[in-house]
Amino acid sequence: MKHPVTEFLFILSWSLTSSLYFHQGEKEEKCIIEDIPGDTLVTGHYKIQSWDLATRDFLPSAPGLGMFVTVKGPDEQVLLHKLYGPESRFTFQSHSQGEHRICLMSNSTKIAVFAGNKLRVNLDVQVGEHATDESFEETKDMINEVKARMLHLLQQMQYISSQQDYQRSREEEFRQINEETNSSVLWWAMFQTVILLSVGAWQMKQMKNFLIAKKLV
Amino acid sequence: MPLASANLTEMTFELADREIQCFYEELQKDAKCNFVFQVVAGGHYDVDCFIEDPRRRMIYRKHKIRQDSLAVKVELSGVYSFCFGNQFSTFSHKKIYFHLEVGEEIPIFATAEGKDSALTQLEASCLSIHTALRSVMNMQTQQRVQALIDHLHAEDMNSHIIYWASSETIILFLVTVGQVIILKRFFTDKRANVTGSLYLGLQPFNVGSEQTSNRKLFGSQICSDIQLDHV
Repeated sequence: MKHPVTEFLFILSWSLTSSLYFHQGEKEEKCIIEDIPGDTLVTGHYKIQSWDLATRDFLPSAPGLGMFVTVKGPDEQVLLHKLYGPESRFTFQSHSQGEHRICLMSNSTKIAVFAGNKLRVNLDVQVGEHATDESFEETKDMINEVKARMLHLLQQMQYISSQQDYQRSREEEFRQINEETNSSVLWWAMFQTVILLSVGAWQMKQMKNFLIAKKLV
Repeated sequence: MPLASANLTEMTFELADREIQCFYEELQKDAKCNFVFQVVAGGHYDVDCFIEDPRRRMIYRKHKIRQDSLAVKVELSGVYSFCFGNQFSTFSHKKIYFHLEVGEEIPIFATAEGKDSALTQLEASCLSIHTALRSVMNMQTQQRVQALIDHLHAEDMNSHIIYWASSETIILFLVTVGQVIILKRFFTDKRANVTGSLYLGLQPFNVGSEQTSNRKLFGSQICSDIQLDHV
């Protein structure tokens, strides 16, 4: 007999039928920010639906429209810049840790004034690698089922572990910034005091010389 | 036996000033839904947040709130909208992190045969490990977001200090040099305008008046009975 399959999915499923969506103007660029460790694979899946004036509702798809997907790393270096169709998947690998921006803009060629059409964008971004759906399908063999779940648990733990490593290096960066701030404050304060005193002395000397020259003193 | 699946969507995005950004999610009746958000950067770290049910009724509304976590009661099936507003802000962009967890309770295993076989126990322990890891991940996410806020704040502070300290130094220079120049200019004006500028409005402006040696200078600690040198 078959045991019922329980999916331990903890990230959005690939079907995107019940995912989060938001509205975007045709010429608008919307960006999602992801804070990820280095050497991480990130997969994104999006689907656009365009507004139909006739039915006053969103069409199930957006024929003829594509999306420019631009991914910028923490130092503003471009990791990905490609044009995809109305529904597509994109992946990129992060080189350095930090804030990455994933920006979506449609390739609508209408002039900005007339491009008032709204787009519905279904978006799902997954960080890290995950087992494909096949491992979650019902298998007649219970051992394989349990094995699949173990693998999934392993993946979860790997994710947690990599996030912890990332946090540790972020903490180091944070501490470095704070130390820099601390020494900055100290040096600038001393520097400004020195400048103040020297400029004041210069002022007095100038005025004294000037007034002596004018025979007022 | 229903499939137990928990969808977790998390996003960090920037909300420009005076804008509203809405996210829509289709929810089934009686689904469990957790919504957590936090303002990561920008201004006073506050944002407006409201949630509307499919009938456009507002089921949750908070003004100028920094963070919140709530369990959304899903009474109707349909599209719920989760919106953030930044209208009260004049120029600060806000960076907001939120996550939406939609899922049903992972059901307790019903062993069809009632047997407590080794495999069933294995599945049960897998389930408990999964639940524990889930809560670990939630806590980790919370910590990560908090660390991000602190990090951005520290970076801002660092760059502000350098910027303000250097501009203060420049202003200091300008002011002192300017003071000296202006003061010198008081004394080096042409003969005709000397009295006017020296008296600086305390007495009527006398153009072309004769110099007398008994004029006291305005605000001067120098002396009276001055013979001015005309340059």
